[in-house]
Amino acid sequence: MIILEIILVFVMLVGAIAAGIFKDLLNAVIAAGFVSFIAAILFYFLHAPDVAMAEASIGAALTVAVFVITIKKTKRFEEDDEKIN
Amino acid sequence: MRKLISLILILIIAAAVFFSLREIPFGTTRSRVREYYLDNGIKQTGAANIVTSVVVNYRGFDTLGEVTVLFLASIGLSAVLYGKKEEKKRKRRESSLILYTGCRFLFPLILLFGAYIFIHGHLTPGGGFQGGAVIASGFLLTMLGCWGWEGINRNRFKITESISGLVFVIVGLLGLLYGGYFLFNFLPKGIPNQLLSAGIIPIVYVAIGFKVGSEIAGIIDDMVRCG
Repeated sequence: MIILEIILVFVMLVGAIAAGIFKDLLNAVIAAGFVSFIAAILFYFLHAPDVAMAEASIGAALTVAVFVITIKKTKRFEEDDEKIN
Repeated sequence: MRKLISLILILIIAAAVFFSLREIPFGTTRSRVREYYLDNGIKQTGAANIVTSVVVNYRGFDTLGEVTVLFLASIGLSAVLYGKKEEKKRKRRESSLILYTGCRFLFPLILLFGAYIFIHGHLTPGGGFQGGAVIASGFLLTMLGCWGWEGINRNRFKITESISGLVFVIVGLLGLLYGGYFLFNFLPKGIPNQLLSAGIIPIVYVAIGFKVGSEIAGIIDDMVRCG
């Protein structure tokens, strides 16, 4: 069981880093939702089913929906850093 | 150069956090509050789920604060988006028969599951916030899949939200009237592990469930219509 938890933590880290790196914001939002989903599984393993339910329904479903709606109304791609600096 | 400086700063902060947290023995019993709740929770509140007895009974006033924060966020979003014109009705692409039927089949089941989560909040894991979020995701499914955004009356969200918020505050004030402090558990506790037990906890959690569900569904509805 502990090996499964370690694997999940590493997958979660990969998701979190990917959410920061992606230029396509839709992909970044999906990666962030994925991080929430794995966090929900980890909460369940840590005997906190109340928190896991809240995390799964709000973090992985509703937040992603709100962000996707926002991206649809604004811009999908992040601009390069050089233009801003 | 700037990147190097920021890297060094981040490393310093990381080292500070690491060395300050290294001494704390996580997972050992350091406070007696936890023992108190585990020993006396069921006896004092009548709720089999200790988390619920803490959230609604021992720390009920904090929960009212959380609900207020969510309420203010929803009102603020409505206020920011109010002046914007509603999006012109684009022609929706009709959803396919399988999607339409699937949504209509799943929607009542999701509502039932959300209602189960908050009605049984004092017995099983879950509660008003979780059940409300599940109900809001059910509304999101129907908005995306079958009825579209026009089929939902947004004023009903606001009315449900206001009434359930009022129920929470009125139950708290009745506690003030009968027991001398806000959110006093004035109803009989009943036998633990039964549906009708734990006094005011089920009433408050049902109110929170309706409130959170209508609030989050209303937020999504606002964001889609205007904005």
